[in-house]
Amino acid sequence: MLKVEEQQPEVFPETLIEKFNEIISRYPEGKQKSALLPMLHEVQAVFGWLSVPSMDKVAGYLGIMPIEVYEVASFYTMYFLKPQGKYMLEVCRTGPCCLVGAEKVMAHIEQTLGVKEGEVTPDGLFSWRGVECLAACGFGPVLQIGPEYTFYENLNEEKVDQLIQDLRNK
Amino acid sequence: MGRKLLLEHINVPGINTFDVYRQNGGYRAVEKALKMTPDEVVEEVKKSGLRGRGGAGFPTGMKWSFLAKPEGVPRYLVCNADESEPGTFKDRFLMTHIPHALIEGMIVSSFALGAKTSYIYVRGEMMPQVRILERAIAEAKNAGYLGKNILGTGYDLELYVQPGGGAYICGEETALLESLEGKRGNPRIKPPFPAIAGLYGCPTVVNNVESIAATVPIINDGGDEYAKIGIGRSTGTKLISASGNLVRPGVYEIELGLPVEEFIYSDEYCGGIANGKRLKATVAGGSSVPVLPANLTLKLANGEPRLMSYEGLSEGGFITGTMMGSGGFIAFDEDQCMVRNTWNFARFYSHESCGQCSPCREGTGWMEKILRKIEFGEGRMSDIDLLVDVARKIEGNTICPLGDAAAWPVASAIRHFRDEFEWHVKEPVKCLETNYGLANYAVPIAKTEVTT
Repeated sequence: MLKVEEQQPEVFPETLIEKFNEIISRYPEGKQKSALLPMLHEVQAVFGWLSVPSMDKVAGYLGIMPIEVYEVASFYTMYFLKPQGKYMLEVCRTGPCCLVGAEKVMAHIEQTLGVKEGEVTPDGLFSWRGVECLAACGFGPVLQIGPEYTFYENLNEEKVDQLIQDLRNK
Repeated sequence: MGRKLLLEHINVPGINTFDVYRQNGGYRAVEKALKMTPDEVVEEVKKSGLRGRGGAGFPTGMKWSFLAKPEGVPRYLVCNADESEPGTFKDRFLMTHIPHALIEGMIVSSFALGAKTSYIYVRGEMMPQVRILERAIAEAKNAGYLGKNILGTGYDLELYVQPGGGAYICGEETALLESLEGKRGNPRIKPPFPAIAGLYGCPTVVNNVESIAATVPIINDGGDEYAKIGIGRSTGTKLISASGNLVRPGVYEIELGLPVEEFIYSDEYCGGIANGKRLKATVAGGSSVPVLPANLTLKLANGEPRLMSYEGLSEGGFITGTMMGSGGFIAFDEDQCMVRNTWNFARFYSHESCGQCSPCREGTGWMEKILRKIEFGEGRMSDIDLLVDVARKIEGNTICPLGDAAAWPVASAIRHFRDEFEWHVKEPVKCLETNYGLANYAVPIAKTEVTT
């Protein structure tokens, strides 16, 4: 699972380092490991996924073993351990959303993008997957797109078409 | 109209900003609490009868009073905003629209517990809410309600927002603390409880967003006033997240003790079942609680109306009752397939099991596989009892309640809708023909119908 899919530049931009320092300052002396989850979100927001070299670099900043980063990155579902499409459409597939048509929405996305769950479109723009409850059950079906995790609610096939069109034109 | 304590000003434009929140009476509770002693604040919360709004329903004031206070050791308050229980979205709603209600509650609660650093652990998917809270914290700090020497009282408090990484299990308080320490979200063995050894091994209280926000009206009006609202040991108001096949799904604040029937059908709340259909079943408190058929949702086994309160919903135990849980109210119309929904929930728990305890890790996986088999027309009659057997072997045999939460929906669905499971086994071809579980198959709906 953690094989290196491709090397990416291991240079972290200055803004990312500044963000790291701000995050680490939130915790008591010696408890900087608490910064790990927020830092991984920041790295993923910059690079789109978490490569092994970038996780090693995070471990270096926190003074912890690389395995401590890998085990966290592989436990939590939000971290991508391989490259994704520029826009990752994450559709809620849990009970309440399914009652109001989430499965139809997912089938429509699969058909429209022409790729299966977890795959990337040939142009590198899109990937999609079903995720578990996003805590927006009253406004389902819903999907989110990182790294801002913008929310799209009360979806139907027309709205999905419009969304994909808008993202293509962006 | 029921009284609104948390959502009273929800429709005021700009209520998400400090100034408008302040103009509408915000931060009075901080001013009042900081003139009291911490013990007096705890006493008010105890008097209020407030019970944890995250799911367990444990009295908040009592939880606070268990907090160990050794000399020279920091104490922590951690807000559990890892809202992930299917059917529950009240905390997201509150944090999005009235973030200062949570910030104000955090200040009051931290002061009561003597915490000088507090964290709000927000599920990672709620990045917009993380930013909303960070902005609200900056505003409150700017106005002197956070930081050093708050309002000149000498009390210091720093408040930070921590995003999670996407794991349902981190809603369990010890898993949340592990996650906050930068580790995998594996629940800890208790004891020791967090009140003795929590975050960084220090005494810690973990409270749900809504519980913390509720301390604001409790301090403003007094614990006794708060306790007058509600019914019996279910005091105050509760946010209910209503979803599924309803005319108006959404977040509603109810006075505890409201009849379930009124909540579903009244125009003040959900407005009835969508598309003119009939109610088939409900999950009253988030996916983990037992599912109930329509008749037992609206009435107790003895025919009296069922009330929305901790005691009202659990009346009848697991045979004819359910639980308040987190207040995630999911309604199913007559066309919904209980097998498909149970399979969906089972998949959720299988996906979210942290893998630490074998009964949960293996059991949730097997329940998912067996239910998928039945749903897709490959089930056998013996599979139904096998499911009950697996559920029974998970329940009570795990470190944290995720195991129970996975077992209850399966066991209750079979208890109340066994004929639907049997139909799936008997009619495999019809099963395969049905898309998305929206089958008009021959389940006698009259059995679950209630004439009102």
